[in-house]
Amino acid sequence: MLLGLLAIVLLLASVVGSQRLPLGSSLCALTGKSGCGLTSEQQAILFDIRLPRILLAGAVGICLATAGAGYQALLRNPLAEPYLLGVSNGAAVGTMVALVFFGTHEWSRPVMAFAGALAATFVVYRLARGRAGATPERLILAGVIVTTFLSSGIVFITTLMDATRIRSFTFWLLGDLSGTTSNLLLVTFIAAILGVAVLALNARSLNLMMLGERDAFDLGVEVGRVRITVFLAASLLVGASVASSGSVGYVGLVVPHLVRLSFGSDNRIGIPASAIGGAVFVILADTVARTIIAPRELPVGAITALIGAPLFVYLLKRR
Amino acid sequence: MLEAQDISVRYGERLAVSSFSLQLKPHRITSIIGPNGAGKSTILRTLNGGLQPATGELVLDGQPLRAFSRRAIARRIAVVAQEAELRFPVTVFEFVLGGRYAWAASGWGWETERDLIATQQILHETQLEELSGRLMNEISGGERQRAVLARALVTEAGVLLLDEPTANLDLAHQATILALVRQRCDTRETSALVVTHDINLAAEFSDQVFLMKDGKTVASGRPEEVLTPELLKEVFAVRVLVDAHPITGVPRVTPVHEMLR
Repeated sequence: MLLGLLAIVLLLASVVGSQRLPLGSSLCALTGKSGCGLTSEQQAILFDIRLPRILLAGAVGICLATAGAGYQALLRNPLAEPYLLGVSNGAAVGTMVALVFFGTHEWSRPVMAFAGALAATFVVYRLARGRAGATPERLILAGVIVTTFLSSGIVFITTLMDATRIRSFTFWLLGDLSGTTSNLLLVTFIAAILGVAVLALNARSLNLMMLGERDAFDLGVEVGRVRITVFLAASLLVGASVASSGSVGYVGLVVPHLVRLSFGSDNRIGIPASAIGGAVFVILADTVARTIIAPRELPVGAITALIGAPLFVYLLKRR
Repeated sequence: MLEAQDISVRYGERLAVSSFSLQLKPHRITSIIGPNGAGKSTILRTLNGGLQPATGELVLDGQPLRAFSRRAIARRIAVVAQEAELRFPVTVFEFVLGGRYAWAASGWGWETERDLIATQQILHETQLEELSGRLMNEISGGERQRAVLARALVTEAGVLLLDEPTANLDLAHQATILALVRQRCDTRETSALVVTHDINLAAEFSDQVFLMKDGKTVASGRPEEVLTPELLKEVFAVRVLVDAHPITGVPRVTPVHEMLR
């Protein structure tokens, strides 16, 4: 069902835009046939501009939503989310360091983003963990501390950049899918597949861990090993997505929440479902972002935050 | 069978438990009682491999506990811990089914038919069948504690370790929990260790009682040997009256507060 939804959203997103493409011909062209009646200009828009961007949006959605589900289980807290925890900012600092100091090496960006995400995850985890696990208040406070600290790091690095790049950086920091390369797209996809696979393989252990680490240990979970594995996988997911498209917020909150509402708390279903749901969510959000004020566009992070922030307030109030 | 041979446990410099020995034999319930800080919960965590003893040896089914994997221990030793707050919505059935984790070949995959049958069976035994589709945070505290016990029972472990299993429960629920433990020990090759503050409950349900103070065993033996006014005064620093329970004949302990005399 979710996969069908994804297919519909993929098609919709590829025809809608500042330049509307004919639906039937586009569908025909997307299935790989030639002679579908698209002009060469339309062909170029579809395959060189829209499709890579949609694929990136999908990959970013997969990364962020599953990372969110992973963090929530690990921190035993349904409010955990890469952006709110400051992990996205950690990855952003890593990416910026790579851009400023190793600008010529494209590969340094995802690597440094991963390192940044990992460091931020570790700090948040240590700050938030009390005797009873991470209480929501502690977790949010820890996230605020890490986020603001890293934000000052971002400001500092920005001053090292030349003025012409600063504007595109501000855009990128809010989550921007327009400025990526095919290499980064590939890296993001590989990270997404790897990260989701690792999290899915640990899903049964996470089902017990999210109810309490001590209990999980008693029931036979090798808590230490699972914790490190999930840390690494979630940081990889966030690192890859931030390196390619900046900090898109709230995806990791909105999607796992909707998945839990629809399918329950079992991570063996929740993690793959979050992956697909994340792709759907970010592709939709990006379609809105690039059409709502066309031909200009908004950063996709602005749209996801617009949906995510009220949900966060609702979840916090409801407890 | 689980055996502790002269173990001591340290928290950094502090010696929390010293020279502690016990044997948990099938069909028997052992209780540990003693004031706060006596080392009761520390012993329980150590017996399960959650803490490493500084000296001494833990032996499970004839082999050192260290030799077992986490999963292998979980198939042999089940713990009923004090209630943790649940922040995710899980049903009673899902919660109890979690007890089958250690029976899977690895940490992933789905439960087998056998896991589902075992879970159904335990839900029936613990009278949770009707609640199996309800969420854990929608049921009462007593029902929740029964679900926690059910999750321990569904592991089919031969050793049950229970940490204050009746704390915060009303009289009827206290009796239900311990009756279920008694039933399991009577009908299977199972032993149980109960850490409790409730001396009278320990007297009623235990075959063997350990009286602890400051990490040391002050006395151990049958309830009537251990629950004497002298020993209880020594351990709890409170004068008590001990008589026989009018129905069961087990020792009945009543504290005599100084201000009442």
